[in-house]
Amino acid sequence: MDLSSALNLLQTAAELGLISSLTVLSLFLSYSMLNVCDLSTDGCFTLGAVVGAMVAASGHPLLSIPAAMAAGVLSGFITAFLQTKMGIESLLAGIIVNTGLYSVNIAVMGNTSLVNLNFTETIFTKLETALENTPLAGQYKLIIALAAVIIVVLFLSFFLKTNLGLALRATGNNPDMVRSSSINTSVIIIIGLCLSNSFTALSGCLLAQSQKSANIDMGSGMVTIALASLLIGGILFSKRKSTAVRAVCSVVGALIFRLVYTAALRFNMPAYMLKLVSSVIVIIAISAPYLKKQLPKLKRRLELRRKKEVSKV
Amino acid sequence: MMLSISHISKTFNPGTVNAKTAINNLSLDVEKGDFITVIGANGAGKSTLFGAISGSFLTDSGRIVLDGTDITMMPEHKRSKSIGRLFQDPMLGSAPAMSIEENLALAAHRGTWLSRITKKDKEDFRERLSVLGMGLENRMKQPVGLLSGGQRQALTLLMATVNPPKLLLLDEHTAALDPGTAEKVLALTEKLVKENGLTCLMITHNMQSALDLGNRTIMMNNGRIVLDTCGDERKNLSVGDLLERFKDKVGEELTTDRILLS
Repeated sequence: MDLSSALNLLQTAAELGLISSLTVLSLFLSYSMLNVCDLSTDGCFTLGAVVGAMVAASGHPLLSIPAAMAAGVLSGFITAFLQTKMGIESLLAGIIVNTGLYSVNIAVMGNTSLVNLNFTETIFTKLETALENTPLAGQYKLIIALAAVIIVVLFLSFFLKTNLGLALRATGNNPDMVRSSSINTSVIIIIGLCLSNSFTALSGCLLAQSQKSANIDMGSGMVTIALASLLIGGILFSKRKSTAVRAVCSVVGALIFRLVYTAALRFNMPAYMLKLVSSVIVIIAISAPYLKKQLPKLKRRLELRRKKEVSKV
Repeated sequence: MMLSISHISKTFNPGTVNAKTAINNLSLDVEKGDFITVIGANGAGKSTLFGAISGSFLTDSGRIVLDGTDITMMPEHKRSKSIGRLFQDPMLGSAPAMSIEENLALAAHRGTWLSRITKKDKEDFRERLSVLGMGLENRMKQPVGLLSGGQRQALTLLMATVNPPKLLLLDEHTAALDPGTAEKVLALTEKLVKENGLTCLMITHNMQSALDLGNRTIMMNNGRIVLDTCGDERKNLSVGDLLERFKDKVGEELTTDRILLS
């Protein structure tokens, strides 16, 4: 492999990593901060993709982004409403919304499971034309993805320090305390999930437009992939770091994940292994601290067993 | 009058074999500035009374009026604007992953929802923390999870009083602390209550501090108030008298392993 094709691969990995890091930032908000595992992520990702694609296809590429994000807000609102006001358990609420979104997504695409954007003007083609004959030509995907990530990271690091952000973090950290302070946790969860799902939808919207197509399966497994990236990013910081740094770390986690995946593909790992690999990463990252705690107990048990055998002899 | 409770009752699991009437037609009037200590055996309904006042559940009947506002049906988070509450478990009152400063900011809630901690807030928090005499004013950026139980309870107390509530409910807030720390937190409680002129109800299992602290003592049994004493009568009461009075009223000895007589 020569240098230029290596660089090409690297750039594609960076673009995809940045776009998917928006979903990771979404989970950073809902999973790490609010302590809600939002299983509607897959469907919401696709929702953002198909809504963005349809709006772009109708001739409004710029409008596609707010439209996709608004769809995400709506989806997040429903998930949050189910778990705060309808007594449906948080995990189940996500699964229900995810299932419902499958039909919604096909309906949005107009009763088909694939939308082709090859000849549609998207925000990416818009910037591509604008950058023609400049030194930055060919970097349009990277620029848009990077800009989106920077805006979301800046927003999060500002937001999580406001009174509302503090309330959101406390709701995830010690809900009993928040309930006995004058804060309505239901409202906080609704706001948090609306925000996080808008990022997920943005992520889907950008991916669809950058790869010039949206299909019904785009989001499947996204929640596990994003969780894997989030947890990889989590290894990079100690718990004492500020929330802004932790947000950046989750973006870095997404990039690392994508790089490793790209490298694995180069070494002939079949593409379909992506989801298994991400599952394994999530399993290891979540279970490792638990197993580490069990280790001394296991050691002691083995030691006692050995002693017993010795005493028998 | 600050708090007026009239004829409230609460039965948990009604209509089942586990039905338990935790509060039974209880009435209590609390004057502004009262510091009332609450004693009674386990299951007497002390904590349930606090739960009813703060809105952890709605009562089955009766009325609760706080400073002229009927709060009988008001949800918990709305009541807590004017009611501060501390529990026995020091872990309940603060968010461990957030810093001391952030916990205080959350409790103080200065400005709007989108305001952030200002320099002025920080100075104010530092000053308040230094009153505790625990050195927390130099650890404001550290997560609360690193503090000891006593430090966390002192912080929770500070958080509950940073915006002085109309009513402060202390549910055995020193029971989980070692004796030395408990004494410190109790002294701090007295100080903060006095400084802010708070109206306060405090549950305790320590009979002596029930008589030493505050200006009025009530004793509960089976969801009712069986003894209510204040003023000179209370001043001349000893722990022994208190136990005798309980025996007279209820007809049995006040004996639980958790009651501290000294």
